[in-house]
Amino acid sequence: MQLTEEKTAGETAVEEEYTPLIVAFCCNWCSYSGADTAGSSRFQYPANIKIVRVPCSGRVNPLFILRAFQRGADGVIICGCHPGDCHYTTGNYYARRRMTLLFSMLDYLGIEPERIRMEWVSAAEGAKFAAVMNDFAATINRLGKNRKLRDLRCAK
Amino acid sequence: MQRIGVFVCWCGSNIAATVDVKAVAEALGKQPGVVVSKDYQYMCSASGQNLIREAIRDSRLDAVVICACSPHMHEATFRKCVSAEGMNPYMLEIANIREQDSWVHKDRKAATEKAISLGTAAIAKVQLNAPLFESPNPVTKRALVIGGGIAGMQTALDIAEAGFKVDIVEQKPTIGGKMAQLDKTFPTLDCSSCIVTPKMVDVGANENITIYSYSEVEKVSGFIGSFHATIKQKPRYVDATKCTGCGLCTTKCPSKRNLNEFNMNLNMRPAIYIPFAQAVPLVATLDPTACIHFKTGKCGLCQKVCEAGAIDYDQQPTYIEQDYGAIVLATGYNQIKPTKFDEYLYNNSPDVVTSLEFERMMSASGPTAGDLRVPSTGKRPRNIVFIQCVGSRGKDTCREKPYCSKVCCMYTAKHTILVKDHWPEVDCTVFYIDVRTPGKNFDEFYRRAVEEYGVHYIKGMVGKVEQGDGCLKVQASDLLNNRQIHMNADLVVLAAAVEPDPSARHLGTMLTASMDTNDFFSEAHAKLRPVESPTAGIYLAGMCQGPKDIPETVAQASAAASKVIGLLSKDHLMSNPCIAHSDPTLCNGCSQCTNVCAYGAISYQDQMVVYKGVRETRRVAVVNEAVCQGCGACTVTCPSGAMDLRGFANNQIMAEVDAICN
Amino acid sequence: MAIDRETIVQISGSNPRLCMKCGKCSGTCPAYDKMEYHPHQFVDMVDRGDVEPLLHSQSLYLCLSCMACVERCPRNVAPGKFIEAVRLAVVRQQNMDHLIPEEIPGMLNEDLPQQAIVTAFRKYKK
Repeated sequence: MQLTEEKTAGETAVEEEYTPLIVAFCCNWCSYSGADTAGSSRFQYPANIKIVRVPCSGRVNPLFILRAFQRGADGVIICGCHPGDCHYTTGNYYARRRMTLLFSMLDYLGIEPERIRMEWVSAAEGAKFAAVMNDFAATINRLGKNRKLRDLRCAK
Repeated sequence: MQRIGVFVCWCGSNIAATVDVKAVAEALGKQPGVVVSKDYQYMCSASGQNLIREAIRDSRLDAVVICACSPHMHEATFRKCVSAEGMNPYMLEIANIREQDSWVHKDRKAATEKAISLGTAAIAKVQLNAPLFESPNPVTKRALVIGGGIAGMQTALDIAEAGFKVDIVEQKPTIGGKMAQLDKTFPTLDCSSCIVTPKMVDVGANENITIYSYSEVEKVSGFIGSFHATIKQKPRYVDATKCTGCGLCTTKCPSKRNLNEFNMNLNMRPAIYIPFAQAVPLVATLDPTACIHFKTGKCGLCQKVCEAGAIDYDQQPTYIEQDYGAIVLATGYNQIKPTKFDEYLYNNSPDVVTSLEFERMMSASGPTAGDLRVPSTGKRPRNIVFIQCVGSRGKDTCREKPYCSKVCCMYTAKHTILVKDHWPEVDCTVFYIDVRTPGKNFDEFYRRAVEEYGVHYIKGMVGKVEQGDGCLKVQASDLLNNRQIHMNADLVVLAAAVEPDPSARHLGTMLTASMDTNDFFSEAHAKLRPVESPTAGIYLAGMCQGPKDIPETVAQASAAASKVIGLLSKDHLMSNPCIAHSDPTLCNGCSQCTNVCAYGAISYQDQMVVYKGVRETRRVAVVNEAVCQGCGACTVTCPSGAMDLRGFANNQIMAEVDAICN
Repeated sequence: MAIDRETIVQISGSNPRLCMKCGKCSGTCPAYDKMEYHPHQFVDMVDRGDVEPLLHSQSLYLCLSCMACVERCPRNVAPGKFIEAVRLAVVRQQNMDHLIPEEIPGMLNEDLPQQAIVTAFRKYKK
């Protein structure tokens, strides 16, 4: 029953104009606050970017990113504190290493490397947060739909 | 399945103008597990909170999702609200539909869809929430103040006054900071050292305050309530407990030609010195780079003349280990050396000085005892040119600061008034871009310089200063009269920009106290938490947070002190329960988590593990709950998936991702 | 093509809005007294779109291109670049012959490299 419902939803979605889905993992201390600062300053960015709050960019498991792609996300961005500014001292360094490995693995799999990005945004950088999101959304728009990593059982 | 209540806030029109809150409440009401879904104008208000409490009571809710502003804003408010009804405060999730939705999007349809999606994610997450309990951690009732300028002294005095122990760490041989170097203060023209030296004496005499002068903070670990610091006391080669501050050694020292830092290198001091007569502690300091004994092994004159026997050439650095509940950063500022401004001739002419150097030239305790003289000729200057904004408000990052240094307009007005007061015949000209005088009695003070004292204020910058015949030649533009000015000056004073003390960068990294791009410490909230660092337990006072004048510094220092007192008066702090925990049945004891933990919170124990009917003793990871800060680095590194984070569990984040991607 | 604000801004590669009107450019300019419009005025007039008077001003050719104003501008506005840009825009105008072929023989000088004449002709004959 549920399966058929999803199926119809998926079919109509194909006909609609393509709006990509972007998942942003933001660390609680810098980037999530940076997104709040963007909000307080009313810097606009596309509504298809949705933020998941994590305590630290070092909390972002590569599996979360793969899961997002599997479930139909077209781009994933990880935002953390600037190097040296991590609330937990070293979390963003671990994140940076892990993401380097993940990026090269995705590249090896033939996934466009532009679909995934890592950025440093501090709590004060509302303007930068919006600029990064606008730029990333434009990149994903250009790349189009993520078909390669999407789980077909989820899509249709 | 949990019984979940959803509450959608309008935030007046802040959310409701862009997001169709009724539609959001309706859509989220259909989510599995949701038994109540309501919207209200102001959810954080008393009546909004009552609405939530009634719903928890009436519908027997197990969990609550609130779609409102950022959790950084009101998470604490709503947690308090639900726990008043007996619900565990961690059974609450917040969907941020204001800062991250209604305020950043204009399209109502898209914003509404996003709000529903964020709400769905929060519901998906809250279904996997479990009650969490805070545990009490003891608070060490002692504060550490880093920096002994006016900011550090004021904070220390206020904290000590409340009955707590305070340690001041000052890198210079004496406390007092920049204020001790100033001649007069604006806008009242009262003598700076007459107001700062009694404060220094108070600090020195206060039995709750310990001063570690000529010291640095070497290492800090721990967290709010229980920091642990290592303080390095540099060797001053003088036993501070024996030295009486008589100064006999300083008069006998034969190595007399060393730059005097206190007088901005305008005159010389001996190798063994006391920075100034009112120094606290009043103890001599020996500069080994200048001392003949250290260079040749001979001399030893100071040791011979010291009646107290305080000179100790073999002194080594000492390390002090101490626990603190709170840390105040009051590291202050320096004035930049305008050596990269060739156009102003600072490197080439002794008659071009910075305003802090000018301050010493005017000071009664300065090298000329307050008798203003042109450095190159020794004569009284006939005219002085003041140049504003040197190195401030510029875009060239290798020599300029992008910010306004804030204090220059006022101290320049002060300088001109002081010069005119003493020597009315000296002509004073100020070249400015803008005169910024917001502050009580500030504009009146500046106008006095113009109206009463006849100081020439010219809007326009000096393009270049050249060496003329017996004087300096200044070329500048007068924008209001649209002409170029060529004038002679005997003395040029540069209002050079201020910058944070270089020690701040290292401290910021060590304490994870975040800094802005100019190396000023960031405050936790620009408006509402201006004296706290985003890192809990770290407080900010004075110029290290941004340019400010003395009254603002003192106000911030007292404010920081009141925050510290509030913290230290608690016996316990409730710990954050969102921390890591390891599943012993999955842990294979590989030690990878220990390696990534920045806090040393993970250790290993041999534990009896029962898994699938097999009993065995295994080496497994154990998280120290008092030390873990909940960053989650270990959860990602764990190859067997044994490590997880409470409050941000793997399955919770996955559920959020799934909900968002649906 | 009309020479407007955008043309000048584009050629100069600099942003007049960065100017905080400190006047350091005019304070530093060695040719100030000869000029009708001074460096800081160039920036302001270009920003306001008031380019027309600049096109006809002798100030364009009095600028020595010493670039002191570019070097010392605290805001990286680089007023000299605007003066250069206006000068270039004037030179680039179509049907504006600044060099007439018939006059060239009279200018010739045996020390002058052939190349200089060719480039000057390319630049000034439109």
